[in-house]
Amino acid sequence: MADALLDITDIRIEGRSDRKWKPIIKGVDLVLNRGEILGLIGESGAGKSTLGLAAMGYTKGGCRISGGSIRFDGQELVGAGEKTLRKLRGKRIAYVAQSAAAAFNPAYKLIDQYCEGPVKHGVMSRPEAQRDAVELYRKIRLPDPDQIGFRYPHQVSGGQLQRAMTAMAMACRPDLIIFDEPTTALDVTTQIEVLAAIRDIVREYDTAAIYITHDLAVVAQMADRIKVLLRGEEVEDAPAREMLANPREDYTKSLWAVRDFRREPMPAPDIGATPLLQIDNVTAGYGAVNVLKDIDLSIAGGSTVAIVGESGSGKSTLARVVMGLLPPRKGSIRFDGTPLPPSSRDRTPDLQRHVQMIHQMADTALNPKQRIRDVIGRPLEFFLGLKGKARETRTRELLALIELDPDEFIDRLPNELSGGQKQRICIARALAAEPEFIICDEVTSALDQLVAEGILRLLDRLQREMRLTYMFITHDLATVRSIADTVVVMQHGVVVEQGSKDDIFSPPHADYTELLLSSVPEMDPDWLTDLLAERGVR
Amino acid sequence: MHQTLHALRDAPVSAWIGIVIVTFYAILAILAPLLAPFPEAASIGAQYQPWEAPHYLGTDALGRDVLSRLIYGARNTVGIALVTTALAFLLGTSMGLLAAVIGGWFDALTARVVDVLMAIPPLIFALLILTITGTSVLSLVLVIAVLDSTRVYRLSRAVAQGIMTMDYIEVARMRGEGLSWLIRREVLPNASAPLIAEFGLRFCFVFLFISALSFLGLGLQPPTADWGGMVRESAKLIGFANFSTWQTATFGLAPLLPAGAIALLTIGVNLIVDWVLHMSSGLKE
Repeated sequence: MADALLDITDIRIEGRSDRKWKPIIKGVDLVLNRGEILGLIGESGAGKSTLGLAAMGYTKGGCRISGGSIRFDGQELVGAGEKTLRKLRGKRIAYVAQSAAAAFNPAYKLIDQYCEGPVKHGVMSRPEAQRDAVELYRKIRLPDPDQIGFRYPHQVSGGQLQRAMTAMAMACRPDLIIFDEPTTALDVTTQIEVLAAIRDIVREYDTAAIYITHDLAVVAQMADRIKVLLRGEEVEDAPAREMLANPREDYTKSLWAVRDFRREPMPAPDIGATPLLQIDNVTAGYGAVNVLKDIDLSIAGGSTVAIVGESGSGKSTLARVVMGLLPPRKGSIRFDGTPLPPSSRDRTPDLQRHVQMIHQMADTALNPKQRIRDVIGRPLEFFLGLKGKARETRTRELLALIELDPDEFIDRLPNELSGGQKQRICIARALAAEPEFIICDEVTSALDQLVAEGILRLLDRLQREMRLTYMFITHDLATVRSIADTVVVMQHGVVVEQGSKDDIFSPPHADYTELLLSSVPEMDPDWLTDLLAERGVR
Repeated sequence: MHQTLHALRDAPVSAWIGIVIVTFYAILAILAPLLAPFPEAASIGAQYQPWEAPHYLGTDALGRDVLSRLIYGARNTVGIALVTTALAFLLGTSMGLLAAVIGGWFDALTARVVDVLMAIPPLIFALLILTITGTSVLSLVLVIAVLDSTRVYRLSRAVAQGIMTMDYIEVARMRGEGLSWLIRREVLPNASAPLIAEFGLRFCFVFLFISALSFLGLGLQPPTADWGGMVRESAKLIGFANFSTWQTATFGLAPLLPAGAIALLTIGVNLIVDWVLHMSSGLKE
C-alpha cells in the first residue's frame, strides 16, 4: 500500500532489565490508512503502549528499537534525528495518555498548554490558537468552552480533563493520534461521554488513530480495524465487525469468552436468620464532609453482596467503616448479632480475624521487602499462634489453595510475581486468618480480563468450600453480573437501590441504576451510536 | 547476602573506586599501630625536616613524623566521625520513624523541637556548647550527633510518611499489629535504601564538621593526631614554601596532605553513596 499513512514493518523493540536486552515487540507489522481507526488490544505486557509510542518514533527510557522500519507518510522514523522527529511530534502525530491528570502540568492553565504546541510549531499565532482552542473545546462538548481553558487541571473533572487532552492533541490537526487507554481510569458514565467526543472529533477531521485499550467492548465502539497483541506478537488483525462476529484465533476467542463467566447462584439464605453483617443508619466522613449518609445494609451469611457505584460514591469509605479504620459518626454495625466497636483498636483480635479485606492494588498491599512465607505466615502466627513447622505447613496449604505451587512461590518477593499472582497472595493472606467475612475492594479492576476471571473463579470456589461471605466493591457491572447474589447501588454516599441481582438487573430501575446499567459498553459495534441516539445526544 | 554479592558484581567503576578508597582508609585506621613507622605523639627528630627517609613526609613543628600522624589521624578522625554518625542515625531515625507512625501530638512536638535546633547555625551552636562543656571527645560526639540527628529525623520522617500511605500498612493495622512491628518489619526495611545513602552523606558532613572544629581549636585536642588540627598547624608553613627545589617545596605541600586525605575520603564515600542511591531509585539508566 503506497499511500498508507503509517507503515510499520517487522518492528522489533527491546527493553533493558538485569543488564540484558529482552525483546518486548518481536516483529510486528502495522499499516494504517488515512482516517482509519485501529484498535490495539491485548493484556498488560503485550506491548500495546510500546508499539503505540513507536509509531511516533519514540521509545521509553531503557528501551530501544532494534530492527524493522516505521514509515510515516513516506518518511522513515527509525534512526531519524531528534530534530526531524520533533517536527512531526505534536504537529502531525499526537499522543493522548492514559492518565490526563498526570499528563497535564498542574502549574499551567489548560489553554496555555493547548497553545504551546501550535505556537511552537509555528502553525498559529497565540491569539489564533486561543480562538481555535475554544472552538475545539466546544466541538468536544466541554461545558462552558469559552472559559474552561482558563482553569487549572485540578479544577476540572477527570472526564473533562481527558477531553481537554484530546482537544489539545487535535490542536495542530495531526494526521495521526495515538490514544493510550484514554478511558480506562474513568467511570462508565463518564467514559461514554469521552468515547463519543473522541469518536466524533476524530471522524470530523478525518484523523487516523491508534486506539490502545484492553477493553474489548470499548474497542468495538471505536475501531474500524482491530489488531490483537500477545507477548509482543500479533495474534490477529481484521476489520472490527468481522473480528467481533467471528474471531479466528483461540486466544482472541478466549478474550471474547471471558465476559461470559457466571457463577451458579447460592442457595437463598433462610429468611429470619440473623444476618452476618448488619449496618444500621451509618453516617461517616472525613473533616466536615459526610461521605456516607444513613446507610442501612444487611448481608446474609454465605452470600455475596456487590456494592456498585462510581468513584466518589462512598464505596471504599463503607469498607473502611466496616474494618474499623474510620469510626462512624452515627449508627452501628453488628457482626453475627454482636455490636462491633467503631474503632479497630477496640476490637478483640478474634473479631478482627473474622473480618478481612482484600485491596484493589495488590502492588501496594504487599510489603515489597517481605517474602511470601512471611506475608502469609504472619497472620497465621498473629491470629492462630502457629509457629515453626505448623506455620510452614499451613502456609504451603494456603498457597496450594490459591493454585500457586508452594515450592516455587514461598521464597519469592512480591516484585517477582505477576499482578494476578500478587492478588492471589493477598487472598491467601486474608484466608490465613480463617475469616467468615471478606471485603473485596475492586480486587479485579487493576487486572487483565483473563486474569480477573481467574481471580473471580477462585473467589467463587473458596466461597463454596469455606462458606465465606463477600462484600464485593466494584464499579464493573460485568463483575457484578458474574458473582453477586445481592446488589447495592450507591451514589453520593447514599444507597440508591438494593435488592437481589435479578431484581436490580431487570426493569424497572431507579434512574441512576438505569444510567449506570445502560452505560456499560457492549460488544455490539453499534451500541454507542444507538445509545446516544436513544439518550438524545446529537 | 547473595543479593549483595550480585549487586557488588554489577557495581559501576565509580563505585569500585569509592570502595577501594574507603577500604584503604579502613585498613589504615584499623592497623594504624602496625603501619605507622613512628609513634603518634612522640617527638623523634628535628623540626621541619624535608621529605626524606626515614621521615618520608617530613616532620612537623614539634619534630613528630607527619606520615605516622596522618595514619593515626585516619583512626581518630574517621573513627570519631563514624561513631558520631551512627549515634545521629540512631537518634534521628528512631525519632523520625516514631513521629511518622504515631503521628499526632508526638509528631508535632518532635518536629517543632527539630525546627528550633535547625534554626540555629550548627557551627555556632557547636562552638557555644563546646565552650561551655569543654572539649572532651564525649561532648564533641554528643553535640555533633544531636545536631546532625535533626536532618536524619526529617529524612526518615518524610520517607516513612510516604510508606505509611501504603495499603500494606493498612493491612498490618487492621490485623492489630503493635508499634514495634510496624516500625521494624513494615516501615524500616522499605526506608533503608535512602537512609543508607544518607548515612554516607552524613558521615562526610560530620567528618568535615569535626575537621572544621579541630581547625578552630575546639575539636580533637593535641597531642591526638587529627587531620583538621594538622591542617591548622601546618597552614602557616605555606608562607615559608620555596618552590626552587623539590625539597623546599614540601613545606608548601604540608597542609595539603591532611586536607587531601579529608578530600579523598569524602569523594570515596560519595561515590559509594551515589551508587546506593541509584540502586534504591530503581532507575535503569
